[in-house]
Amino acid sequence: MSLCIRNGNIIDGEGIVFHNKDILIKNNLIVDINTNLAHKADRIIDASNLWVLPGLIDAHCHLREPGFEYKEDISSGTASAAAGGFTSIACMPNTLPAIDNAAMVEYIKKKAATQGIVRVYPIGAITLGREGKTMVEMGEMKEAGAVALSDDGDPVVDPNTMRLALEYAKQFGLLLISHCEDKSLVAQGVMNEGYMSTLLGLKGISRAAEEVMVARDIILSEITACPIHIAHVSTKGAVDIIRQAKSRGVPVTCETAPHYFSATDEWVEGYDTNTKVNPPLRTEEDLVAIKEGLKDGTIDIIATDHAPHHRDEKEVEYDMAASGISGFETAFSLSYTHLVETGILSLEELVAKLSSIPAKILGIPGGVLKAGLPADITIVDINREYEVDRDHFYSKGKNTPFHGKRLKGKIAYTIVGGKIVYDEEDAK
Amino acid sequence: MAFMQKDILGLRTLNQEDILEILDTAKLMKYILEQNNKKTPHLQGKSIVNLFYENSTRTRLSFELASKYMSASAANLSSTSSSVAKGENLIDTCRTIERMGADVIVIRHPMSGAAHMVARHVKSAVINAGDGMNEHPTQGLLDIFTIRESKSAVQGLKVAIIGDIYHSRVARSNIWGLSKLGAKITIAGPSTLLPPELGKTGVTICGSVEEAIEDADVIIVLRLQKERQQKGLLPSLREYSQIFGLNKERLALAKKDVLIMHPGPINRGIEITSEIADGIHSQIEDQVTNGVAVRMALLYLLTRQRRK
Repeated sequence: MSLCIRNGNIIDGEGIVFHNKDILIKNNLIVDINTNLAHKADRIIDASNLWVLPGLIDAHCHLREPGFEYKEDISSGTASAAAGGFTSIACMPNTLPAIDNAAMVEYIKKKAATQGIVRVYPIGAITLGREGKTMVEMGEMKEAGAVALSDDGDPVVDPNTMRLALEYAKQFGLLLISHCEDKSLVAQGVMNEGYMSTLLGLKGISRAAEEVMVARDIILSEITACPIHIAHVSTKGAVDIIRQAKSRGVPVTCETAPHYFSATDEWVEGYDTNTKVNPPLRTEEDLVAIKEGLKDGTIDIIATDHAPHHRDEKEVEYDMAASGISGFETAFSLSYTHLVETGILSLEELVAKLSSIPAKILGIPGGVLKAGLPADITIVDINREYEVDRDHFYSKGKNTPFHGKRLKGKIAYTIVGGKIVYDEEDAK
Repeated sequence: MAFMQKDILGLRTLNQEDILEILDTAKLMKYILEQNNKKTPHLQGKSIVNLFYENSTRTRLSFELASKYMSASAANLSSTSSSVAKGENLIDTCRTIERMGADVIVIRHPMSGAAHMVARHVKSAVINAGDGMNEHPTQGLLDIFTIRESKSAVQGLKVAIIGDIYHSRVARSNIWGLSKLGAKITIAGPSTLLPPELGKTGVTICGSVEEAIEDADVIIVLRLQKERQQKGLLPSLREYSQIFGLNKERLALAKKDVLIMHPGPINRGIEITSEIADGIHSQIEDQVTNGVAVRMALLYLLTRQRRK
């Protein structure tokens, strides 16, 4: 079986853009990028006027399996990822039980191999049960296939535990990912603290809750010379702290999620629980700072923080609603619409933040289109405008504040190891 | 334009004309309340359900009496004695009430936005009788009604609101409602109990109670929940009453004909001294009567225009 993607504009992920060229795929691998390759293939995808990109890579998502299959499972989650153009995804360990030992890592990998349609890389917990106390067996988990460690939404509170985890993880080349949130500063907060929380009478979450821990983790990273990755940066202050740290050489990387440059706390008006997410949607000032951070490289990558929830967990009082946005299927379009169309990033820069750079940070393959490499490819139509319809999401989680919004840039095909796992024509 | 709202969720989203129509209607209702025979047929054949997820004396009783004075069928449901205690969610509870024929659902709930959510899911009119820290619009309306009874117009009045603004739905409804009618609002309270960026709403935040009530036409004193101290927001109730409590000395700074209001229940000796609460400036008991009138007006306006 061979496949030719014909006449596309190709971003190879290593700085080269080919116009109107073909990619020939055989036996799961890219065998050639050139002109006039179509006659050598059994099947042809016409990519005229489309962009052919290295498969997108998501460094932060929640697949909910095991434990919360009513929200999402590996099958629905990877189908959703494929529809969002992702060929590789790294899933967080906040499952039940948590991914806090080698057997659990193997379980996720095995499930993903049989039921998943994109590549799944488990992120393990930092501490047992994500309780912030006892370190996990990092060496064994690395061997089993964990690509990074994070206690996700329950960040390690004790600074010394975090420091020791950073040092211990480094010898195995494991990156620690920190969800920065000081729970005592969050208190009972459910949205960004500011003018909107005052108007709506909802308890606010101070930016300090995020920034205090970003600062702590950067200091720990600096003092131990161990790399740290800051998850879902949402505030101007956090961008500033990270920018300063990078300028003095601290080994820190970070991500933001599409909703932090696409929506603000003004969206909470009306108490739509689909706007409830953690960290919360911030203000216009923060949104501008996030875009600046993406432009000047302070923010290395865009990750979805795909957090599917069941409608029963969202159709409740705002205070009681689960936090999170189902993000795979809007990530590229939101990024293209708000970053490329507005001139903040070039398409190549966006693609790097969605593929080659996350691959480098996680130490996983991908992000490059070249002969001899696995054919993980995403094909997009950047001229297509459409209206987001959550009822057509592949994810079980329909929780998005972007339902009904008009966006530009749509995924046309997603190909993993030479196999077409998403074809927009079939999806219609 | 006649009053056409489906629900009363808050004063922030109500326009000035609607607020004035409610207040004018309440004036007629107050006249009825003062009669020997208080029964009227305004709500005959209508059904009102009070759904209370929090304790209440004044609000619940005044809605119930308002309904009964106007010949409605009224029923009360509290969270402790219903399926809520079995874990039924709010939408399911309200749909059940709707399908029993409720024309109006009056809801009090400890979480902000609860009434808004209910209003989206039922065809019955919904009156917010207090949602978390957000709004208590019927209290705001009765406060404004009380002010209008004594002062000819709200426009240009200096209204001081004193106390725990952060947690107060009464304060929010008064700020939105009084601002729309042209009052100048001053605020004073412990800085740990002021909401962020409140100044952007147009109110003046004062450094002291004295500054806030100087030359005030109206002083609204808020109830201080004792649990605020336990949560570390205040060092002591004693210091609160010393620095933020309304006493005779502070009252002397306000206008001679100042109105003193309090939504109740009062913590005597903490946010206000008994001599002021029971003194000549106090409107606290009139507020209670006016609360019935305002709720009668709302029930009437919301059911009058309901289509089949």
